[in-house]
Amino acid sequence: MKIAIASGKGGTGKTTLAVNLASFLAESRKVVLCDLDVEEPNSGLFIKGKLIHREDKFKMIPEWEKDKCTLCGHCQKVCNFHAVIQLGDQIMVFPELCHSCYACSELCPVDALPMIPQKMGELKQFKKEGLSFVESRLDIGQEQAVPLIAQTREDLDKNFDDDFIKLFDAPPGTSCPVIEATKDADFVILITEPTPFGLHDLTLAVDTMRELEKNFGVIVNRHGIGNNDVLTYCQKKNIPVISKLPNDRRIAELYSRGSLIYQKIPEFKKQLVNIADYLLKLQEEGIR
Amino acid sequence: MKEIVIISGKGGTGKTSITASFAMLGGKDIVVADCDVDAADMHLLMQPDWEKSEDFYSGVIAEIDQEKCVKCGNCADVCRFSAIPIIDKKYVVNKLNCEGCGYCFHVCPTDAITMKEQNVGKWYISNTKADNVMVHARLGIGAENSGKLVAKVKNEAKRIAKETDKEFIVVDGSPGIGCPVVSSLSGADFVVLVTEPTVSGLHDLKRVYQLVKKFNISAGCIINKSDLNTKVARQIEKFLREENIIHISDLPYDETFTKAMTNGQTIVEYDDANLKNILVNSWEKIK
Amino acid sequence: MKIAFTTKGTEWDSIMDPRFGRTEFITLYDEEKDELTNIDNRSIESVAHGASPQTAQKLFDLNPDVLITGNGPGGNAGRVLAQANLKIFVGAGNMTVKEAYNAYKNGELKGF
Repeated sequence: MKIAIASGKGGTGKTTLAVNLASFLAESRKVVLCDLDVEEPNSGLFIKGKLIHREDKFKMIPEWEKDKCTLCGHCQKVCNFHAVIQLGDQIMVFPELCHSCYACSELCPVDALPMIPQKMGELKQFKKEGLSFVESRLDIGQEQAVPLIAQTREDLDKNFDDDFIKLFDAPPGTSCPVIEATKDADFVILITEPTPFGLHDLTLAVDTMRELEKNFGVIVNRHGIGNNDVLTYCQKKNIPVISKLPNDRRIAELYSRGSLIYQKIPEFKKQLVNIADYLLKLQEEGIR
Repeated sequence: MKEIVIISGKGGTGKTSITASFAMLGGKDIVVADCDVDAADMHLLMQPDWEKSEDFYSGVIAEIDQEKCVKCGNCADVCRFSAIPIIDKKYVVNKLNCEGCGYCFHVCPTDAITMKEQNVGKWYISNTKADNVMVHARLGIGAENSGKLVAKVKNEAKRIAKETDKEFIVVDGSPGIGCPVVSSLSGADFVVLVTEPTVSGLHDLKRVYQLVKKFNISAGCIINKSDLNTKVARQIEKFLREENIIHISDLPYDETFTKAMTNGQTIVEYDDANLKNILVNSWEKIK
Repeated sequence: MKIAFTTKGTEWDSIMDPRFGRTEFITLYDEEKDELTNIDNRSIESVAHGASPQTAQKLFDLNPDVLITGNGPGGNAGRVLAQANLKIFVGAGNMTVKEAYNAYKNGELKGF
């Protein structure tokens, strides 16, 4: 079963939930947690496992072969991203603008732009007791998160079989990286705060999930601050509220140190038990 | 004209609440730009009148004319994004997957494919309760290229600032280190980094600052919830010293942030004491 | 010598544009002909990414000997400009074109 944890707004507790839920579930099940927030991966700050694998991740970009080139300029014309530019008798490639579509390369009449791999980030795999943890990290200066997210998902499919509960820590927002991260999830947890910002961004996330035809539910974090509008909204829209995580400064303090929360705060653990029950019931009902 | 961009790397650090406070304090001297178009929230605090709105088209995606299609499959073969599946024996474009590269368009033997401009969202020009103009936007669901919409919002704000002779543009920047934040930063004169003393806050601050450095923009930092973890707060201060980032101010952990927001107010309207003073001083330093 | 400036206008009194990739105009002074010409680059505003290479491409076509700008071109533009066999001077962001030209002549600008 694949479960993505997402939110419209950043900073609502995605990572907190992901690391605590994963660690808790791993006490009794086979679990892998995968941080797909490749721009700002944070889960690893809370799960200090043993590094068991590290690899560079590449995207394919064209490389100009001067000797073959006839300077026909076709590459520059077909590139919709201005990643290939002809300057006098030179062709220049701008890797961070390239979307790896292969058009310039394969449409070049003389094969003067073969595709070569270029590093865009790295993937690391850790192990901490029963929990496996996979993290991908985009190199600074790389602008496209989607290819790295896609490769990381593929890696996970290959290396962990269906017996695993797979938890994804998704990037914030509602644009392309989130879609890539939640694409093949069986269930999406949207975590939000009961505030006007939280509600507004939740509605965007809900619209996105509806568009993707995903099964999803909501977890309210820092329950007690703000107002009841999020709960009213969920009720009206028939969205299940899976759990309400308490608002407690001690949680913020534990988080600030990079500590897990459920081992120290019983009320938080109680909620995790509820969430786990909810998810395992989903699994039994055949969402997988 | 000075362009001030507020970013945070990590979400939930209070960036938008702080930006909205500056927008309030700047009053009629500024133009506001909400470039966090993925999750644009500033309008919830600024009571815009949504005076003008316009559709935003950006990027292209492929469209297949079924009349002309001879089902040769060339398009699906060359597509690297699995964006042309066969549904009901027809080649169709999956809009969410299409990158708009146009490779299919070039290989179609019957010109059945056109690249169509995409409506990816809407942008607005509004008058706010702070007696200034705000440019903001809403990105369509799963839309791509939020970088372009960010650029649009910023450029409109710039145009208005120029035409109306305003001193400052205050920009609520995008999260992360990818294309939207690159667009938010480009052309900025000063960057305000909002962070919190948590391990994630520090981690994300360092990452996003590497990007800021590439742009050669001078930067200052506001540490929000500074008393949450004094040890990490010290680490942040050390990082600021090492990188020559101006330490603008510290804000204490305070649920006033949430209370003001729940009231639809900025902090400087809601709180008449401590937080307000710190923010007033911060704004004086920044401008 | 042909000297290119990144500018916000088309005259000697125009203010320099400190940005390279997103400069509004490229102003070219041909010392031999004593002639000031311009390229309007404002359409670059609508480009989200890759502004620098595109501006550099326009500059490249002018074939100047010297470029005077403000912040200094970013990595991408730098790469393109390296091809152009061009001397780059920075730090003229807050001057007029005339002031920038004089500063360059007096050796007051920083090489890039």
